[in-house]
Amino acid sequence: MRNSNEIIDDIANKEYEFGFTTDIEMEMAPVGLNEDTIRYISAKKEEPEWLLQWRLKAFAAFQKMQWPSWQHFKMPELDLQKISYYAAPKKKSLKSLDEVDPEILATMEKLGIPLNEQKALTGVAVDVVFDSVSVATTFREKLAELGVIFCSFGEAVREHPELVKEYLGTVVPHSDNIFAALNAAVFSDGSFVYIPKGVRCPMELSTYFRINAENTGQFERTLIICDDNAYVSYLEGCTAPRRDENQLHAAVVELIALNHAEIKYSTVQNWYPGDKDGNGGIYNFVTKRGICKGNSSKISWTQVETGSAITWKYPSVILQGDDAEGEFYSVAVTRNKQIADTGTKIYHLGRNTRSRIISKGISAGTSDNTYRGLVQVGPRAANARNFTQCDSLLIGDRCGAHTFPYIESKNSTATVEHEATTSKIGEDQIFYLNQRGINTEQAVALIVNGYAKEVLNQLPMEFAVEAQKLLSITLEGSVG
Amino acid sequence: MLTIKNLHAEVDGKKILKGLNLEIKAGEMHAIMGPNGAGKSSLASVLAGRENYTVTEGEVIFDGKNLLDMSPEDRAREGLFLAFQYPVEIPGVSNLNFLKTALNEIRTYHNLPAMEAKEFLKLTKEKQQMMDFNANLMNRSLNEGFSGGEKKRNEVFQMAMLDPKFAILDETDSGLDIDALRIVANGVNKLRGADKAFMVITHYQRLLDYIVPDFVHVLADGVIVKTGNKDLALELEEKGYDWLKEDVHQKESV
Repeated sequence: MRNSNEIIDDIANKEYEFGFTTDIEMEMAPVGLNEDTIRYISAKKEEPEWLLQWRLKAFAAFQKMQWPSWQHFKMPELDLQKISYYAAPKKKSLKSLDEVDPEILATMEKLGIPLNEQKALTGVAVDVVFDSVSVATTFREKLAELGVIFCSFGEAVREHPELVKEYLGTVVPHSDNIFAALNAAVFSDGSFVYIPKGVRCPMELSTYFRINAENTGQFERTLIICDDNAYVSYLEGCTAPRRDENQLHAAVVELIALNHAEIKYSTVQNWYPGDKDGNGGIYNFVTKRGICKGNSSKISWTQVETGSAITWKYPSVILQGDDAEGEFYSVAVTRNKQIADTGTKIYHLGRNTRSRIISKGISAGTSDNTYRGLVQVGPRAANARNFTQCDSLLIGDRCGAHTFPYIESKNSTATVEHEATTSKIGEDQIFYLNQRGINTEQAVALIVNGYAKEVLNQLPMEFAVEAQKLLSITLEGSVG
Repeated sequence: MLTIKNLHAEVDGKKILKGLNLEIKAGEMHAIMGPNGAGKSSLASVLAGRENYTVTEGEVIFDGKNLLDMSPEDRAREGLFLAFQYPVEIPGVSNLNFLKTALNEIRTYHNLPAMEAKEFLKLTKEKQQMMDFNANLMNRSLNEGFSGGEKKRNEVFQMAMLDPKFAILDETDSGLDIDALRIVANGVNKLRGADKAFMVITHYQRLLDYIVPDFVHVLADGVIVKTGNKDLALELEEKGYDWLKEDVHQKESV
């Protein structure tokens, strides 16, 4: 067990490192994507040979792949040769909040985010870390007592190579899809969680509390392993709008639940969506997949997606063990020119496996919101059950909502249900609330939060309250 | 409290109100009756500020202020309440959360602090008992899955909670069985007071047995064609509206 002084020293050194931005820029990998880039990254991170080989294999696979063409939006032009794959990720440290988009600051005010945090989130140089050192330290001590490992991916590679080696790429293979392959080849860092047998992790794990979680943005990789009879709830993201210099985000998340284990993974995504005309904004192309490897295991995804210019992801569950359970709860809000093509895939392989999908799309402005889902029942999955509910809410008459549900069943004892609705926020509803003294913006917020309630209820308490506020703020000015 | 002068209004280019005049003083209960399509519900909508109604002429003064200049929410905050003929359902929004939001919006408008949770719950309990409203319905989503009668009773419960100066009840009696009608009427009577006024829109004299009006107006073809006391309602029940329409036509042709 390291004492807190050592940890503080670590942090101090880290800050020091980032303070000398010029030094880091000198260390930046040459712009472009080739085998040398990958060798460079791996060497910088002092990785073992097996990991370098894995990266190179992924890169070879990547080179043979094409951009997908099945998505329900026009693929933006991406020039992967123009990106530097190893650099101080926050390239530009702004000197003061005056340099930040005032709209973002206004939103932060409304969300009630403390000033220091505002600075940190918008990339203004600030000494924030010290506030959270003590918190983080207490967390680490408590977790270590239980044998829970919660660290950066790089640290896990160094200190727990056997675990990483056993599970890395087992849920999302290095050749899964072009973005996953790219991530496998060039991933910078990310999070690693291991919950030992029989341990119920006593707190929500959040990257927010992990000091070195910042600055891993663009090609992040998360691996969570929950051993027999263990439980963990993991929170990703932040309700505050985040600005980032990197346009493409291609993260990979892998979850592994062993016998009777349960993983709950919650996301609130509010990356920069671009301006009103659709300029700028993040492309959030993420591969998230979990496997219920053990019997009676459970994986539950909950996501609230309000940010990014394009959100494109399908957090999925492979129900391999018998009696395993998978859940997907999603709220995706798009406004202005935002695009979301999201949903889930559930693979029923084991017997008596169950899944539940609740998706709520909300579109405003001239945005496009697509639900795409696959429920697949394998020949061995006797008595598999799925229930899908997929609702779309339209605000105004220039936005789009689309649903592409795919169902493939190879077992005659399976029950698969799909319900879908599309509705508009009615003028009658708004007038009714107006007549009780509630203005239109608040009326929309109430209606939307009511509509998304079933999903918001799945979020951990604190997160849920923030997410409610976020939904209200996101849709401000969308009506009338 | 409310003065309507020469009010003309149309919806989708169709003339609905054609020069309506009405004076309502504090403490009074006015009943509006009339045949289908006379413009009764339209009058309620125009007063509450529904968007698709356009006022083409005339004015409405509410407590010294020009009502027609105000947004629907400001009219509500000034103390105008409409018990809807067809209350909408809002899934996922709890009845109580909605009422708390509404109440606090109104309070903010009057520079009052938001109500504490404890105080709000006390008020809720008090009004729920006063209006004999089913406590289970308070925690349910707003009107979602309520029966027709439950929706109407919820309107009256909301009215009790928000305590308006002037309330319009738009066919609140329709869809109520006789027991529910009595309960709703009792509730309304409890809310009557020297500083409050009501406009009750109804098709049937029956409601007026329980809520006794000071004035009964007959609205036909966008204007008030006859005003009387509660006996007029009885007369209408007996004779229907046709004799009044003939009256109007005679007047028009003069």
